[in-house]
Amino acid sequence: MKNKDTNLHVRGESCFVDDFPCPAGVLHAAVKSSAIAHGTIKRIQIQNAEKLPGVKRILCAPDIPGENQIGSIIQDEQLLADHEVHFIGQPIAIVVAETAEIAREAVELISIAYKEKPAVVDARIAAKNGQLIAPPRTFSCGDTDLAWAQCETISSGSTETGGQEHLYLETQGAFASLKEDGGLQLISSTQGPTAVQRIAARVLDLPMHKIEVDVLRLGGGFGGKEDQATPWAVMAGLAAICVRRPVKLILRRHEDMIMTGKRHPYSSDFKIGLTQDGKILAYEATYYQNAGAAADLSTAILERTLFHASNSYYIPNVKATALSCRTNLPPNTAFRGFGGPQAMFVIESAIVAAAEKMGVDASSIQEKNLLKDGDELPYGQIMAACRIKPCWQHNTERFNWHEKQRDVQEFNQKNKLVKKGFACMPVTFGISFTNTSLNQAGALVHVYNDGSVSVSTGAVEMGQGVNAKLRTVAARTLGVNPESVRIDSTNTGRVANTSPTAASSGADLNGHATRIACEQIRQRLIEFAAATLKTESENITFENSRILVSGRENDLTWNSLVDSAYWARVSLSAQAHYATPKIHFDKSKEKGHPFAYYSFGTAAVIARLDCIRGTFIIESVDIVHDLGTSLAPKVDLGQVEGALVQGIGWMAMEDVVFSENGQLLANTLSTYKIPDIYFAPEKIQTHFLENAAHPAGLFHSKAIGEPPFMYGIGAWLAIRNAMKAFRPQAEIPFTAPFTPERVLMALYPK
Amino acid sequence: MLTFYLNQNKIATSLHHGTVLLDFVRRESRLPGTKEGCREGDCGACTVLLGEIADEEIKYRAVNSCLLPIGSLAGKHVVTIEGLNLRENTLLQNAFVDEHASQCGFCTPGFILSLTDFLLNNPTLNFEEAILAVAGNICRCTGYESIKRAIKLLLTEVESRIELSLDKRVPELVRTGQLPEYFNTIPQKLARLEFDVEPENPGKIVAGGTDLFVQQADKLLKQPLQFIDDGQQSREIYRENDQCIVGASATMEEVRKTPVFREILPEIDTYSKLIASKPIRERATLAGNIVNASPIADFVILLLALEAKLILQIGSASRTVDLHNFYLGYKKLDLQEDEHIHNISIPIPNPGFKFNFEKVSRRTHLDIASVNTAAFFAVEENKITDARISAGGVAPIPLLLKNTNAFLQDKIIDPAIVESAMKIAAEEISPISDVRGSAEYKRRLLQQFIFAHFHTQFPELIGAEVLA
Repeated sequence: MKNKDTNLHVRGESCFVDDFPCPAGVLHAAVKSSAIAHGTIKRIQIQNAEKLPGVKRILCAPDIPGENQIGSIIQDEQLLADHEVHFIGQPIAIVVAETAEIAREAVELISIAYKEKPAVVDARIAAKNGQLIAPPRTFSCGDTDLAWAQCETISSGSTETGGQEHLYLETQGAFASLKEDGGLQLISSTQGPTAVQRIAARVLDLPMHKIEVDVLRLGGGFGGKEDQATPWAVMAGLAAICVRRPVKLILRRHEDMIMTGKRHPYSSDFKIGLTQDGKILAYEATYYQNAGAAADLSTAILERTLFHASNSYYIPNVKATALSCRTNLPPNTAFRGFGGPQAMFVIESAIVAAAEKMGVDASSIQEKNLLKDGDELPYGQIMAACRIKPCWQHNTERFNWHEKQRDVQEFNQKNKLVKKGFACMPVTFGISFTNTSLNQAGALVHVYNDGSVSVSTGAVEMGQGVNAKLRTVAARTLGVNPESVRIDSTNTGRVANTSPTAASSGADLNGHATRIACEQIRQRLIEFAAATLKTESENITFENSRILVSGRENDLTWNSLVDSAYWARVSLSAQAHYATPKIHFDKSKEKGHPFAYYSFGTAAVIARLDCIRGTFIIESVDIVHDLGTSLAPKVDLGQVEGALVQGIGWMAMEDVVFSENGQLLANTLSTYKIPDIYFAPEKIQTHFLENAAHPAGLFHSKAIGEPPFMYGIGAWLAIRNAMKAFRPQAEIPFTAPFTPERVLMALYPK
Repeated sequence: MLTFYLNQNKIATSLHHGTVLLDFVRRESRLPGTKEGCREGDCGACTVLLGEIADEEIKYRAVNSCLLPIGSLAGKHVVTIEGLNLRENTLLQNAFVDEHASQCGFCTPGFILSLTDFLLNNPTLNFEEAILAVAGNICRCTGYESIKRAIKLLLTEVESRIELSLDKRVPELVRTGQLPEYFNTIPQKLARLEFDVEPENPGKIVAGGTDLFVQQADKLLKQPLQFIDDGQQSREIYRENDQCIVGASATMEEVRKTPVFREILPEIDTYSKLIASKPIRERATLAGNIVNASPIADFVILLLALEAKLILQIGSASRTVDLHNFYLGYKKLDLQEDEHIHNISIPIPNPGFKFNFEKVSRRTHLDIASVNTAAFFAVEENKITDARISAGGVAPIPLLLKNTNAFLQDKIIDPAIVESAMKIAAEEISPISDVRGSAEYKRRLLQQFIFAHFHTQFPELIGAEVLA
């Protein structure tokens, strides 16, 4: 099935926030933010800015009618700083003006006097100072203290993974307009319309029903618009209320990069113990998460780090401790993988360290310890329907690993200044929000009396293809042609109390809700058709917009049936709610069954290294991935490839560089580089595991958004192996990303 | 009034000429298909086609509308995504739909425009050239694999359906439904277009504007500007005796394509891929790259090794200065107020010379170098008779490595000489630590490059062992 949205995209006809036609009288807002990483505001001078022709109003914290508080999990973040500032880029004032240029010029004319305090940018220093977002958490099973004695090899070390700028191509933005009774409509580029609505209500002192949030689509999200789309929508709303005019607020790229948080950098310690034959007996890890200046989603991200501490491996004795450290960087936030990638990098590093000590290939340890049914994970969930071994096995056979490894060896023998490295990366990723309560969704389905169908859910389309999947679900359930189904915008007035579109769960949760709503309508129409045609309900089926009686066609079509049903006063609308069954988690014991199921897959990566210049190319990535029975194979393929390349970007290119005083140095696209078409692997082959129907899934499918991101770690491992082929004795720290600088300096130590 | 064509509509505007085209099409013309991604030519979401008559033929090229001041548009034709749409999708659009080569869609119009440039201009429609055409377009969603599939599908479709001889691409693409019919009428319309030739005004000189509009777009909106990119004369590139003369407003792409320059640097296509992106090179001028005085300017590094000279003009007076003497300090030039570059003069070397260009940046393409370097060697029986190695990113100015070059003079090439040259080069530079790398790294990198210059040009003399 073709993706309807794509047809609009290729013609430039799809509408993003900044593309909606502006009503007459629209004003534009820009944000003044903190120039220092930590301190107090002594004085804000706005007189010069106010005098600039075209400036309508300058808003500061005292102008907020409700609570100046946007924190969602922990309430520790102001919309506009009133006294203390905690990071460079923290919003302090909003300028509302006739044009965006005037607003920006006025921002420059606002002068703020600060009293500076020392800034902390390093997570370990923050931890030492006791600056934690929440108490540390520990997941454990078995007894590592006892297990070390039985280990033949013990390795320990430290790892570092960097941040990552989301770089959604559409920057953050929102458009606010007033409704007649003091209400607001907010058009927002957000993954969480309800979050925007709830926080706007809190800040503006309005009941939620007076705020309508509408989201048509996002120009990319990747987690960066889960919580952090909220402030801009709330600011636009605040401005609209204060000036009684519609207001648009769109961040420019460098503003977005400076003011918003990124993937959390982690600094971690590990200790791993193995038996002589390579079985992992014990594993300990401590994660120092750099949360930035406010909690945002950090504690939830930290939790997923703990869930994925052991990645795809069964380890009987585990102790993993995680600390969320408060620093003076912009609050870091959700990003594809949500703490999982950071945890997996640590265990993979530990395996490499152990393999080097044992003089074996890391892949042999990986393979030997893969999870199987019945294995208990450190948090108590028992592995079931485990497919990591089939994915591994299938990959080795289908893509002929032995031949690849031999080719790499031969290449390395022949070439002195170009080396190749081969590495594997298994991924086991739990599907569900780890906060059990969020695993719910709603749908509202209307069948209009011309037979056309409109579906509204809480899912936000951000390029991941959720609308294409929802359309398939509705069309299949109703038995209508997909062309007659339209997925409407995500609107808090139509579907309320939604969870953000996140955790790879958008299609699963909202798809089930859509299915249930469509089933209700179908059932009513079946009964009506049976009565009309004087037959039993069991005999009626709908297929491709035709009505079949005992499998045979009939004069009645979907459209005529719907029309008759309307005149017979049959309800053609249904609302449905879905809550994932059987999941639970007890935080007091850190045990439970948090995931509905797991997503599995493996990647084999070959990297080619230029040993003169320290540059590298990812030559090939071969993937076997389990996605159940796909609802939309080309959509899912696009998710695998896109996540992979984003993951390689995180591991081998993208470097979020801050100065010691908390200033973002890579703050434009000319200094922060993300993969381009040449950096993407020369060859990506993706195979979906066959006969992999997932019985509990939505039409037997599985979630796809995040898991393939972690294949990117395989690229890091492959580059490292190529470096080792050039300099076997090189000391290569477990630090990501690899950049040409890090590679060259490790190849040529002083 | 400034007049030009935007898609099929005639535009006459009195807006400030420093207004960038991106803002003009989105706000004034309400064409939202062109997207703002970065405003610095680094993402390609705002790509448009710029058509102009040259040699009685209309030539289109993809450019970044975020860096293109409307003052450069007089008498030209601008095409946005809206101006490409027909009732039915084109083969290009359908290839993207069929292969799901668009996810969030924000970058997609830019890709479509860049590939339209490819269809309009490339003599051979092959995969590698198509990839080169989108090297300035960033997509954060797809990982590019589906875009590559769409390009392959497009090439198959085009091959079977369209007769693409180079000299009449526009009518052929119109005939086969790949471009709207109005394209055929544009040349006549442009010829009839009356536009005031802007009076010589004393404003700030803008050539390509690809760096000016990154650094100071807001400031440029508040001052008079003088656009020199349209002077056909100043765009000329020609041979004069043993020199290649490049006019002040000749762009990097124009220079790359000129036979006389290709004679000097036969490998320019390879180097050129490492310099900016095609849409930037279509606008960026050599003279702009020189006066911008970035210590890391790629083209300046090439020109230094080629011993280029500048012909500077002030009124009717002119003088010549060696490029390597032009830089007095960080962003400090041997250039008087009101003086400007008139020509660049590059000596055509005697046959048999060796030349190499090296650059490493965080990302290989469309990125600013950590260090770049070029080397020119004249050699007689393994003896270096002339060595000119230049390096960027290692000093406040684009540097000619004088000590290294002097050392190499008259030396017989062998590993020991190369090792010494690496050491001397490392000693005569003064790199600083910044976002593009630590000083220590830049020093190391330049040494690696010195090795690479010899290893690539004299592989039989300089093997891997020097680095072992």
